[in-house]
Amino acid sequence: MKAAQKLIAFKTILSKEVMRFLRIWVQTLVPPAITMTLYFVIFGNLIGSQIGDMDGFKYIEYIIPGLIMMSVITNSYSNVVSTFFTAKMFGHIQEMLISPVPNHIILMGYIGGGMARGLMVGLIVTIVSLFFSSLTIAHPFITIAVVVLTSMLFSIAGLINAIYAKSFDDITIIPTFVLTPLTYLGGVFYSINMLSEFWQNVSLANPVLYMVNGFRYGILGVSDISPWASFSLLGVFIVAMYGFAYYLLKKGVGIRS
Amino acid sequence: MTHALKITNLKKTYDNKFQALKGIDLEVKKGDFFALLGANGAGKSTAIGIICSLVNKTAGDVSVFGYDLEKDREAVQEHIGLVPQEFNFNIWEPVIEIILNQAGYYGIERPVARKRAEELLKHLDLWDKRDEQAQNLSGGMKRRLMIARALIHNPKLLILDEPTAGVDIEIRRSMWDFLKKLNQAGTTIILTTHYLEEAESMCNNIAILNKGEVVESTSMKELLSRLQVETFVLDLKEPLDKLPDNCELTIKQRDSSTIEVELDKSRSLNYLFETLSKHNIRVMSMRNKTNRLEELFINLVEKSKNKNNNSATHEATT
Repeated sequence: MKAAQKLIAFKTILSKEVMRFLRIWVQTLVPPAITMTLYFVIFGNLIGSQIGDMDGFKYIEYIIPGLIMMSVITNSYSNVVSTFFTAKMFGHIQEMLISPVPNHIILMGYIGGGMARGLMVGLIVTIVSLFFSSLTIAHPFITIAVVVLTSMLFSIAGLINAIYAKSFDDITIIPTFVLTPLTYLGGVFYSINMLSEFWQNVSLANPVLYMVNGFRYGILGVSDISPWASFSLLGVFIVAMYGFAYYLLKKGVGIRS
Repeated sequence: MTHALKITNLKKTYDNKFQALKGIDLEVKKGDFFALLGANGAGKSTAIGIICSLVNKTAGDVSVFGYDLEKDREAVQEHIGLVPQEFNFNIWEPVIEIILNQAGYYGIERPVARKRAEELLKHLDLWDKRDEQAQNLSGGMKRRLMIARALIHNPKLLILDEPTAGVDIEIRRSMWDFLKKLNQAGTTIILTTHYLEEAESMCNNIAILNKGEVVESTSMKELLSRLQVETFVLDLKEPLDKLPDNCELTIKQRDSSTIEVELDKSRSLNYLFETLSKHNIRVMSMRNKTNRLEELFINLVEKSKNKNNNSATHEATT
C-alpha cells in the first residue's frame, strides 16, 4: 500500500470510530457529563467546603484536573475495548483483516478513535466544571501534552484488553478491578503528601498518579510529582504497550485462529 | 503459467489439536469458476480462512496470482474478495457506509468508492436500501450486500463461501446470473456450496474435500463422465400392476404410476424408451432421481471414508 492509500485507510477507521460514538452520544457522551456534575456538586461544593484549601487552592479547584483526567482515562479505555471487542465478536474485524491495511494503521485508527472520545469527554467535563469554578491554565502545553498522551496510553491499554477478551465479562473486569481503583487511588481527590511515608511510597507505584499530577501541574501549577517524571512514565508506557499491541495484532492473538 | 490460486501441502492444526487440513494441494486457473465442495467440517472454510488471512496456517504454501501469502501478504490481499458464510458486517451501520468503509481499507478514495458503490448496489438491487441500517435488510439482501462489499476493490479472485445459503430460489438464480457475468468478465471465482446443482451448473473445475484431504480435484466434465449409471424417475401414462419379467433394465416400482429406472451410461435414452415400449409401458414425463454431482459426491466421500476406516483397521491389527 502506498502512503496515500494508508492515509485513506487510517482516515476510514478513525472516522468510522468517531461516527460510532457520536451516533450513540446518549450512551457515550452524556453519562460522563452527568457523573462528573455529581462529583462537582458532592465532592466539590458540599464536602469540599468542609475540607478547606489544598496546596493553596479551594478543594473543588484541586479536584477538577483529577476528575477531568479520570473521565479521559475511563472513556479512552472503554471506547476502544468495547468497539474492538464488538468487532471481534460480530466478525466485522474481518473486513480489515482480509484487506491490505497494515497493522500499524489498524492500531492507530482504533487508538485515534479512543483518543477522540476521551478528549471530547474531557472537554465536556471541563466545560461542566466551569459552572462550579473558574479555570486558569498555568502551563497550556503541559496540560495538552499530558492529556493527549494519557488518552493515547489508555486507548492502547483498552485495545490490548479487547484482544485478549473472550466474553463481555472480560472487558469489564479490568476497568472494574484495576482501572477504577488505580484512578481513585491516583491522587484525584487528595495529595499524596497527606499520606504516611509508607503509603506515599506505595502510591508512587501507581502510574495513574503521575498522569493526574502531570495534568494538575499543567492546570494549577502544583503537583506531588515532577511533570518530567509524568512525561517519562507516559513515554515508556506508550512505547512498550504500543509495541506489545502491535505484536499481538501481527500474531493474530484473539483475532486469527 | 501463473495460477489464480496455488496451494501446496497446506496444513492446519487448531489449538485443540483438531487437524482441519492434512496437507492439501490445489490449483485454480486464472478465469476459472471453481467449486470447492465438502461436507460440514471437511476443511473448506479453514482453507478459505487461510487464503484470506483470517486463519494462520500450520504449514504449506499459498500463492495468489504468483504472490506468496507469507512473503507478499498485502499483494495477495489486494487481489482477493471474500463473501463469507456468516454475516460479518456491522449491522448498525448503513449499507452505503459498510461498502465505503471497505473501500477505505483498500485505500480507495471516497469519490471513486462512491461511484463504484453506486454501480454495485444498483446491479445488486440494493441502491434503494443504501441508507438503511444493515440489520433491517432481509437475508437475501444481506447476502447481496456482502457480495457488493467483496467487489468494491475490483478483486481478480472472488471467494464465495456458501453465498446462497438460506436464499430463496428467485434471488439465488439472480445471484447465479450475476456471478456468471462476473466470471465472463474475467474474475476468477471459487465457490463453496451445499447446493450441488449450483456447482454443476456454474463451475468448470471442482475439488472435493473430506476430513481435511482433497479426495478429488478435476474438471466438472471429467468428473461427471465417471458416472456409470443414472437413475430416472418416470411418471407413467397408465398404472402398472406388475413389473415386466425379463426386462433388460433395472426397474423399481415407487407406486402404481411411478417407476425408477437405472440406465447404464453406455446406453442412450432411445434404448430406454424402446425397451419400455416393448413391455407396453408408456411414459408421460421423466426427471433425474438425484443431481448427478450429488451421486458422485456421495460416492467419493464414502470411498474416502472406507479407505480411512480400512487403514485404521490395518493399523490397529498390525
